[in-house]
Amino acid sequence: MSDMYKVSSNPHVRSRVTTNGLMLAVIVALLPATGFGIYNFGIRAAYVVLTSVICAVLTEGLFGLYRKKMTITDLSAVVTGLLLALNMPVNIPLWMVGLGSVFAILVVKCLFGGLGQNFMNPALAARCFLLISFPSYMTNFECDAYTGATPLAVLKSGGTVNNFDMIVGNTSGTIGETSMLALVIGACFLLLLGVIDLKVPASYIISFVVFAIAFGGHGLDPQFLSAQIAGGGLILGAFFMATDYVTRPITAWGQILFGIFLGVMTGIFRFFGPGAEGVSYAIILGNLLVPLIEKVTKPVAFGRGGKS
Amino acid sequence: MNKKSTMNSAWERLVNGLVKENPTFVLMLGMCPTLAVTTSAMNGLGMGLTTTVVLMLSNLIISLLRNIIPSRVRIPAFIVIIASFVTAVQLLLEAYIPSLNAALGMYIPLIVVNCIILGRAESFAYSNPPIPSLFDGIGMGLGFSFALTCIGAVREVLGAGTIFDYSIMPASYVTINIFVLAPGAFFVLAMLTAFQNFLKATRAKVSEEAAAMVGSGCSEDCMNCSEKGCAKRFYDTQASDKLPDVNAEDFQEKPKTVEVEDMDEKEEV
Repeated sequence: MSDMYKVSSNPHVRSRVTTNGLMLAVIVALLPATGFGIYNFGIRAAYVVLTSVICAVLTEGLFGLYRKKMTITDLSAVVTGLLLALNMPVNIPLWMVGLGSVFAILVVKCLFGGLGQNFMNPALAARCFLLISFPSYMTNFECDAYTGATPLAVLKSGGTVNNFDMIVGNTSGTIGETSMLALVIGACFLLLLGVIDLKVPASYIISFVVFAIAFGGHGLDPQFLSAQIAGGGLILGAFFMATDYVTRPITAWGQILFGIFLGVMTGIFRFFGPGAEGVSYAIILGNLLVPLIEKVTKPVAFGRGGKS
Repeated sequence: MNKKSTMNSAWERLVNGLVKENPTFVLMLGMCPTLAVTTSAMNGLGMGLTTTVVLMLSNLIISLLRNIIPSRVRIPAFIVIIASFVTAVQLLLEAYIPSLNAALGMYIPLIVVNCIILGRAESFAYSNPPIPSLFDGIGMGLGFSFALTCIGAVREVLGAGTIFDYSIMPASYVTINIFVLAPGAFFVLAMLTAFQNFLKATRAKVSEEAAAMVGSGCSEDCMNCSEKGCAKRFYDTQASDKLPDVNAEDFQEKPKTVEVEDMDEKEEV
């Protein structure tokens, strides 16, 4: 009964969803891919993941101490560290992993005002920072298990790849991107929980496939198309990084437009660029366009607009 | 903005250009050469000194001619004077330091449109006697050189492991390429600006002269300025709290009128 007389200021309708819970869901969803990465590439992959996560959390903690506003418990630093590690080749020097983590949290997130204020995905920004700074280390995918090029690089140079291996993940590449299966399991978990929806990933992948059919040079060849979808960071990017709440548009049409833009940009980078991969650059460019997309797709308030 | 009192002192003009109104870190002028040529300490220093020479001479000449140049055509007149000196300096560089000329390339002719030079001509040399103008040019130029050398040095150390082409890092050092590319220029400029703001803020806390220091970099845009305790500040969050029944329109009108009064006062002084 006493609840009836409770007086409080608005908002009166509250959601039980917390930042903490969302981040925990993303971490759980990334575990299959992380586990497969460690299984696929050996114990060094675990060191890379640990270094990345620990450095990210430490940076967030130290910055929190300095600003006297502790945000370490919202787990967002763990997600950033984990995503960054999944975007790294297994044999990268650990100090580079740490540098990337510090850059992601300190420069891209904290200096702009912390979680919710970063204008681009911290993990991807750090990946691009490392890719530009240490190109030879970041694109060296040789390790004990694999000595060849990544499937996308093989495709780019005109070779053929084993699609089954690509879907399971028995290929070279970054730690988290190889296994489409593990990533899709994690993505389904997030979709079922309602943490993400299909607007961004679906429009991203569909527009990329359309672009690949039109400009990929192989037409409707299903073997080529499925390899392009399963290869590289497309699934990881589409489900786990393009859907980042902070750096995607908030309007429904904006999200679809954002996905289409990412698909086209990824296609341009993959088929016309010098490298074999372009997911991270595409998502970062998309992040920068988010304010513009939101402005264009802003819904008209009831009673406004239309014929006057 | 107490220019009248500092005008006679050449030393003050020098310090003003180097520290108080450092063109790069405080006024944020001349960003194009700042970001583009500071890939090494040497390039930064070269660009800075070249600009210093032009700035010094153009300030002097514009100040000497300030009573002859009609105010309607002053900008074209400034450009002609500056362009003459830039051409002369470029020919000298080509003759005596061809390596620097090659490294700076297109950015030497672009000194003509460097907004520091035009800015100092417009805001100082055109309304002040020659000697202070000359020292204003030297101070601003040295401030610019100092800033560019700092940015260039940080970028060179991180991006190439050397400073003034002298290797200082251990052989195992892996260069961070991004610092010699364009994004690195933005990172380093932002970090150094933040660092000097941090130094100034700590000093301002101790000193009672905070308001005077704020005034030196003041854009007179008090609406968007976060400096509290500034003597010139008329729009304060606390003040607005006390006047809850004033319309938003009134608040937007207010600065304009005050600004106009302010400028009138200055001209009278």
